[in-house]
Amino acid sequence: MTSAAPALATSPAPARPPLTRKSIAGDHPTWCPGCGDFAVLAVFYRLLEKLQYPHENIVTMAGIGCSSRFPYFVNTHGGHYIHGRALPFSAAVSLSRDDLHVFVFGGDGDGFSIGGNHLVHTARKNVRLTYVIMDNFVYGLTKKQTSPTSPLGFKSKTDPTGAIDQPINPMGTLVNSGATFIARSHATQVNHMTEMMERAAKHDGFSVVEILSECVEFFPGAFDAANPRKGGKFPLIEEKRHDGTPEDAGRHDVTDASAAYRLASLPWPGVFGVFHESQRPTKNFLEGRLVAGAREKVAGKSDREILQSSFARLR
Amino acid sequence: MVTPASTPAATGDGLSAASPRSIHDAVIRLAGDSQDGIQTIGGFLARLAGRSDQEVMTYMTIPSTISGGPSIFQVRMGTGDILTAGDQTDLLVAFYQHSYESHRDSLRPGGVLIYDTDHVKPDPADRRFHAIGVPVSSLTIEAAGGSAKGKGKNIFVLGLLARIFDLDVAKLAALVRERFGGRSEDIVRNAMVAFDAGYAYPADHVRDCFFRFASGPGESTHGRPQVTMDGNLALTYGLIAAGVRYGAGYPITPWSSIMETLRSDLPKYGGTFVQAEDELGAVAYALGFAYSGHLAVTGSSGPGLSLKMEALGWAVMSEMPLIVINVQRGGPSTGLPTNVEQSDLLQAIYGSHGDTPRVVLAPKNVEDCFYVALEAGRLAREFSTPVIVLTDQAIATRIEAFDEPDLAGLMVDPRPDLSERGADFKPFPLDRITRHAPPGSRIASGRYPTVTGLEHDEFGHPTGSPDLHAKMTAKRREKIKAVADTLPATAVHGDAEGEVLLVGWGSTWGSIREAVNRLRAGGLKAGQVHLRNLHPQPPDLGAIFARYRHVLVVEMNDEGLYGYGQLATLLRARWALPSIHSLTKTDGLNFKVSEVVEGVTDRLRRNGSA
Repeated sequence: MTSAAPALATSPAPARPPLTRKSIAGDHPTWCPGCGDFAVLAVFYRLLEKLQYPHENIVTMAGIGCSSRFPYFVNTHGGHYIHGRALPFSAAVSLSRDDLHVFVFGGDGDGFSIGGNHLVHTARKNVRLTYVIMDNFVYGLTKKQTSPTSPLGFKSKTDPTGAIDQPINPMGTLVNSGATFIARSHATQVNHMTEMMERAAKHDGFSVVEILSECVEFFPGAFDAANPRKGGKFPLIEEKRHDGTPEDAGRHDVTDASAAYRLASLPWPGVFGVFHESQRPTKNFLEGRLVAGAREKVAGKSDREILQSSFARLR
Repeated sequence: MVTPASTPAATGDGLSAASPRSIHDAVIRLAGDSQDGIQTIGGFLARLAGRSDQEVMTYMTIPSTISGGPSIFQVRMGTGDILTAGDQTDLLVAFYQHSYESHRDSLRPGGVLIYDTDHVKPDPADRRFHAIGVPVSSLTIEAAGGSAKGKGKNIFVLGLLARIFDLDVAKLAALVRERFGGRSEDIVRNAMVAFDAGYAYPADHVRDCFFRFASGPGESTHGRPQVTMDGNLALTYGLIAAGVRYGAGYPITPWSSIMETLRSDLPKYGGTFVQAEDELGAVAYALGFAYSGHLAVTGSSGPGLSLKMEALGWAVMSEMPLIVINVQRGGPSTGLPTNVEQSDLLQAIYGSHGDTPRVVLAPKNVEDCFYVALEAGRLAREFSTPVIVLTDQAIATRIEAFDEPDLAGLMVDPRPDLSERGADFKPFPLDRITRHAPPGSRIASGRYPTVTGLEHDEFGHPTGSPDLHAKMTAKRREKIKAVADTLPATAVHGDAEGEVLLVGWGSTWGSIREAVNRLRAGGLKAGQVHLRNLHPQPPDLGAIFARYRHVLVVEMNDEGLYGYGQLATLLRARWALPSIHSLTKTDGLNFKVSEVVEGVTDRLRRNGSA
């Protein structure tokens, strides 16, 4: 957007010290020892070190929940907004400021329950930003209530005899909503997480990574079935390479939403990797095109002259 | 204007059916169905008045049904001070039987009733009016061709009114051309055929009721051309002048037209307006724009404002500048979506959980909508705070003419301040007003801020410290208190001391002013104070109140459990004066001048002083 052009932008600094883990680390995390979220934070530091965006152009946002404490632990511009609404807030940052790199962190309650509507609509609008959902299948900050992803039968303080409501299917929901980059990972798989988050950050559109991140306090062992070190399996999605080989026919076409939906329907613990990746114009691009068209019609006029002519039509 | 029902002949400034005469102003009510285009011709009349340097005010009702349904448009135009759309009608145009039956009692005795003989059979026993039957439908079809199917009736009536009131035909024709000319020359030609048919009609049939507006002060006194628009549009242009380039909203009546105009106009200025998925998303987008360094707006009407309340608490806590528009309508809940009420005041001031001091303003008329938006922008920036503007359905939809603003000195630079912040930068300093550093700003210390809804220290770190919560709460309170120090002295209209002071806010300004003028003409020492700054209040109110025996607060909301309307409750709490009383009503309609006058008389009688 043109008016976002900074009025008093700092002149390009001569030589900047590179971003390091030290310069991007914020407050010491307040999570419980053993929480899966530590690994996600470490991966985010690693990613920023690798991407080397200008320090002041990185934005780290969150809503409410254990995982949403994330921005305090990252030393970038950022915000801790209200429960469930970090996505539209961050979408506005992305839409009005092309110069910024916007990352949003949150949990399953924030993303799939109180903020479910915003998730669907931000995906539909394809706003350029990266959303990392640290899914622990339980409300942790409020000390063990059923979450929208808690499995049937899960015993919590709000379901003492076991959860009775069908849990949401995160990958299926995202595919249906029109998100253009959808991936799933596991907090114990650091290299895989890094790869997923890097691809998400580089995606031109709304990118989501769901990371199974264990709550050792209220749902220990929740994700053991997908953790090889705990005797589980971590099955990866094999993406189509378009190399013409016979085995390629059996690989997953990330642009095929129906295929992604089929993967999302596999029984627990399902598969990991990129479910869906496609290109369609972002809202950033479409709004920018509207602005360009409108600006062309008023070419050469100052803001005052444009408003003046609106008044003149009402004389 | 009030004439006993038994006396058909009118006296005074109003219309009389007796003979052609000079008048100062006229109240014309067009009653039909919403698809008849009566808003269109009402708008033509209003704009004609504006172009002729006359005063004008309109009033309209729209059914909240999706399409069709009875609808009226009332125009009061003339050369005097037009402060209200008129308690009674001088001329009624009834398109249908239901229009006639519902609205004939709004016509003052001796007034002119024009009815479409193709649809209306008037009550022969009702001799109160000068009734003129005109076959509007058949004459329109005859003039514009058989296929017209009722279209063009409105323009026929416009022609009729132009003849009756000796209106400027060249100016009206220009307005018709501007309105329809964009589509095709045929439409303009058909419209003018219908107009001419209407204009030609009265020469033979209604010769005895021609009127002419007395000439006004003349165009030279204004210096600037007049513009004619409704309050929502004036507010929207005020936002643009104030530097708003980004915003978000969700459709709701009667707020929607503001977001529609912003959606289509902001891209011309390089900005954008997002239609969000819901009200919570809308305020979140607006705050995201604000966080990014822009002066942003969100808005809604009653129910939508309730939904935004949690986020407004965040805006107070994070000290984010933001403009929030609430076009009030009848509540609670879905209430009366297309009627007026002023019952959201306490919500605007206190509606969020926790202690959330913020600024609340209200415009008094259409012109003031433009300037209030500028003031909201100034306060939001200067004090880094959310500012709520309480307008209402009446002011949003009525049309007035006013002097075109001189934009040269008013336009505010919209660009975000991304300058580098010094090493001593604190996002929430205790000893001065917060200046948000948007992303993209370098911070010399290398420590970047997290803006937050958690209680925090000066650097934005969450804290549970009792001492810091007390200090930060005080900081947020003192900042808003300081706004009051910047307010100009409160203006008093009428007597500077005396028997009664009428206090109002928002769209009731004109009715209260006309009532005060009428009371003073009757010998009562009366004054008017109209509050634009509802929170914080101007500090000089107590001294003004003390100069009157009675202070009567006039507002369109309920008297509540303790007998006081919402502003009256606040004023009693603030000034603890037993002379403060309340005049409230909840019929979803504007205060009539007579209702205010009667309210004052009643108050004085009850206090034994009249």
